[in-house]
Amino acid sequence: MESRFRVLFLITLVIMLSGCAATKNLFGIGDDEAPPPTSEAPGQIIDPEVQRREIKEPAIDREDFEVGAFVGIMNIEDFGSDSVYGIRFAYHVTEGFFVEATLGQSEASLTSFEVLSGGARLFDDRTLTYYNLNLGYNVLPGEVFVGEERAYNTTFYLIAGLGSTNFADDDRFTVNFGAGFRFLMTDSVAFHVDFRDHLFDIDILGREKTTHNLEGTIGVTVFF
Amino acid sequence: MRNGWILEPSTTIIPLTSRLSAFALCACLLALVLLATAPGHAEAADDVLRKVAVADPYLEMHTGPGRGYPIFHVVDRGDFVEIVMQRTDWYLVRAASGAEGWVDQAQMEFTLRPDGSEVDFARAALDDFTNAKWEAGILAGDFGGANIISLYGGYSLNPHVSVEVWGSQILGNSSNGWMGSVNVVHETWPDWRFSPFFTLGAGVVHTSPKSTIIQGDDRTDQIGHVGLGLRIYAARRFLLRIEYKSYVVFTSRDENEEIEEWKAGFAFFF
Repeated sequence: MESRFRVLFLITLVIMLSGCAATKNLFGIGDDEAPPPTSEAPGQIIDPEVQRREIKEPAIDREDFEVGAFVGIMNIEDFGSDSVYGIRFAYHVTEGFFVEATLGQSEASLTSFEVLSGGARLFDDRTLTYYNLNLGYNVLPGEVFVGEERAYNTTFYLIAGLGSTNFADDDRFTVNFGAGFRFLMTDSVAFHVDFRDHLFDIDILGREKTTHNLEGTIGVTVFF
Repeated sequence: MRNGWILEPSTTIIPLTSRLSAFALCACLLALVLLATAPGHAEAADDVLRKVAVADPYLEMHTGPGRGYPIFHVVDRGDFVEIVMQRTDWYLVRAASGAEGWVDQAQMEFTLRPDGSEVDFARAALDDFTNAKWEAGILAGDFGGANIISLYGGYSLNPHVSVEVWGSQILGNSSNGWMGSVNVVHETWPDWRFSPFFTLGAGVVHTSPKSTIIQGDDRTDQIGHVGLGLRIYAARRFLLRIEYKSYVVFTSRDENEEIEEWKAGFAFFF
């Protein structure tokens, strides 16, 4: 298996290096080609002396990034529901797509077994922390009306991604997906309502199983 | 069921406390993005806004930065508008009347500077895909039977050669770990929409057995790798990337370990 891949690599390397040889000035070192000598235009008698006013244009403020915090409730399967809080950071690539990184923390309550057995704990560190990297899409952009005078821009988005959850003394590969509602109070400040399902495998209760850990949060973000 | 990729048996139990490492990874990503964007925002702190004149018969103002938002105001030819901000391909502009609305890039192209010259609202294209200096992305896949999530940042020395720094978290059934590496990437045809590349690199991998595994030891080993992949230009600043890498882990045992990795993901250039 390995030797087959090694042969494959060698072949590719040879092809690519032959490509290298064909490429001029590979590492940006060496002489640049001299431009062909320019001959003075014979017809030019008067050299126009136009003074141009230098206008320095102010840069346009780009606001594609979004940063904020959220709080809510997370249900950890078998371990009850508890508060969850965290931060989120997003980059809006197009009017439809955005990428998001989220960092959150929650606390695991006692399982029914731990309550009934009276004191025997399955593990000591009850904190759950997670991070995930997601891709979102604004499916339903729109407006909502508050009274007769005010209209606010909103978006309903779908989001999914990968990450890791640290829970019960281990890092666990986590897939998450969900949907959210972004309410823009101004052009730069948004209010979020978000609902996610975090899926990860856990074997702390005997055999390995995939758990669904539902999370509902509200949050505020700022565009910059 | 997947197999873990740790092979070496041992007899110690190491408790895992790598929760903070997840925070560190995200903090690094945050810092990287902030660093990359900081200078642009320092300039934008100016109170003076850029002014342009409408050259088309009219300029349509939408209520939001998206195609679906309705047009609520129209600015006539010759009138000036101020650009308040930009989000993706939409510009928030303020008319002389005080009305503020969102105008898309295609219409902004038909505006003129106060001196009458055309405005160039540069938009990332295939050309930038070839020539952009910086690139950052997220990939995920399979690392010798374990799941892997990777972040990378790259800098192009020229259109053909770039240097990349990678940070990965490895999540297996019997062990978890972290990997950091530096590699050189060579693209033979960087101007192609589907641009193949070849890569060579080195780094370190840290592995620790899961808490439910009684055997095993924390280890940090050096690695070397070769790889092949494809960068695919998707749209705007967006690209897709798939790659295969073959790793050699230089262990302290008699034999080196070989691991194959497949990954796919997306990245941006700027």
